[in-house]
Amino acid sequence: MSRILAVETASEACSVALWHDGQVEALHRDCPRQHAQQLLPMVHEVLNLAGVRLSQLDAIAFGRGPGSFTGLRIAAAATQGLALAHDLPVLPISTLRAMAYTAHQQLYARHVITALDARMDELYWCCWRWEQDHPEALHEERLSAPEALLLDKGEDDDWVLVGSGADYDQRFPPVVQSRIQQQVVTLGPQADAMAVLAAQDLAAGLAVDAAEAMPVYLRDQVTHQRR
Amino acid sequence: MRVLGIETSCDETGVALYDTAQGLLADALFSQIDLHATYGGVVPELASRDHIRKLIPLIREVMAKANLTLSDLDGIAYTAGPGLIGALLVGATLGRSLASGLNIPSLAVHHMEGHLLAPMLETPAPDFPFIALLVSGGHTQLVQVEGVGQYTLLGESVDDAAGEAFDKAAKMMQLGYPGGPKLAALATQGTQGRFRFPRPMTDRPGLDFSFSGLKTHTLTTLKQLETEGRLDEQARADVAFAFQDAVVDTLVIKCKRALKQTGLKRLVIAGGVSANVQLRERLAEVMSGLQGEVFYPRPAYCTDNGAMIAHIGALRMAAGEHDSNELSALRPRWPLWELHPPAANA
Repeated sequence: MSRILAVETASEACSVALWHDGQVEALHRDCPRQHAQQLLPMVHEVLNLAGVRLSQLDAIAFGRGPGSFTGLRIAAAATQGLALAHDLPVLPISTLRAMAYTAHQQLYARHVITALDARMDELYWCCWRWEQDHPEALHEERLSAPEALLLDKGEDDDWVLVGSGADYDQRFPPVVQSRIQQQVVTLGPQADAMAVLAAQDLAAGLAVDAAEAMPVYLRDQVTHQRR
Repeated sequence: MRVLGIETSCDETGVALYDTAQGLLADALFSQIDLHATYGGVVPELASRDHIRKLIPLIREVMAKANLTLSDLDGIAYTAGPGLIGALLVGATLGRSLASGLNIPSLAVHHMEGHLLAPMLETPAPDFPFIALLVSGGHTQLVQVEGVGQYTLLGESVDDAAGEAFDKAAKMMQLGYPGGPKLAALATQGTQGRFRFPRPMTDRPGLDFSFSGLKTHTLTTLKQLETEGRLDEQARADVAFAFQDAVVDTLVIKCKRALKQTGLKRLVIAGGVSANVQLRERLAEVMSGLQGEVFYPRPAYCTDNGAMIAHIGALRMAAGEHDSNELSALRPRWPLWELHPPAANA
């Protein structure tokens, strides 16, 4: 059995969870712009609740994105520091994948569209299908305008839409809109889901070195070259 | 007291290890200059993205150079401001979490205090009290220094910082980014006396500076030369010479005035522009004339670096100072004179 700490700060919430021997201890607080101050105290709170010391962890997981650029760096930098201190391996977990997991747990959804508001009139999104114990991505995570959402081969299935991107559903292509049976705009990335997925990833040998705890921004065009 | 210092306030990622008994043990730096050069200035988001890639490799490099492990550390100091908030957040978050993981204290450090005391990393180091001229791309300040954390502002730029003026003038002359050092290099080919630029705010009392008018004067001169078809390589070098001469002269005049006003005999120059050869030569002349001394850091510690953060962090942490449990907010703007002498946390 393993012990894994998960930290997630890609949205307005600050979220910390501990997977230990199949149990999950979690804290989730809305604290916009307070992530840097809240994260470490919450980590210690969760560890104390479970009676686990940092040195007893097997790995640290973090929300690697997509999401708020600053939030992704706070989670990644905190993970780098904690992992470096105890020479622990790191598991980068997709925020969209964590949302798909939570959607299945809470809504029993089999087909899920996870979409986060990426500002600048775009969304971070991905389509998922539940397989046994995990959500399987149907394509690479994407950044696009709401009008460019696709269900690929899933146009005959019933879909659940989750995440802040659901606010843009009126702009989805009509065929996508017609297949959405339910939507939850408030369902965001949570550390408890990441802790469970991280346990699967650790068993699958997907852990990396602390130096590779890097955000995945999806939006890499962040500047215009001046001529 | 052995302290790891982390600097990520702008476009350099710096890490160093300072021991209060043995001095500087190791340091490592990654400069992002090439990353931002294409854009003609620092792009904050790109700077933040690069800091998070470079910190762990630099920390490992420093520990390996010093032949020590993380368990040998007594504290971690990180730059908490002034600087770019997104960039500061990376170093601060990593520094605090590493300290927390190692169960040692961390300390938020003032970037400009790091610069101010960087000459103390050299031999001989200046004794207190002294006058400090902080000259960089973001600051031009004259500060009276009575001791660590005892700073009185005597004067500062009312508009552009000296380094900013250098970079902007260099841009007008298409010297690339960052242009300050390139303009200084071009000035060495210039003719003395062909142009004479004004010395802003030297004709009235006070220790404040202004450099934006000098920038306009440079532009006007360049345009006139171009209109007259006389803007050749020599003319550009002569303009560079006149510009640098005016900035250096202005800085020197105000330094002399500050020394006279306070009766002090020691002058410290720090910050990126303190690497300027012309400025160093002129101040050396002046100080020998006044039977005083001038101190400055080696060129590598004039620009942003981890050594100065590890140094000031170690001085303060040795006195028992550390972050409190409620993690303090970062300070993108943080006046130097709000600092206090090192003291143990209550």
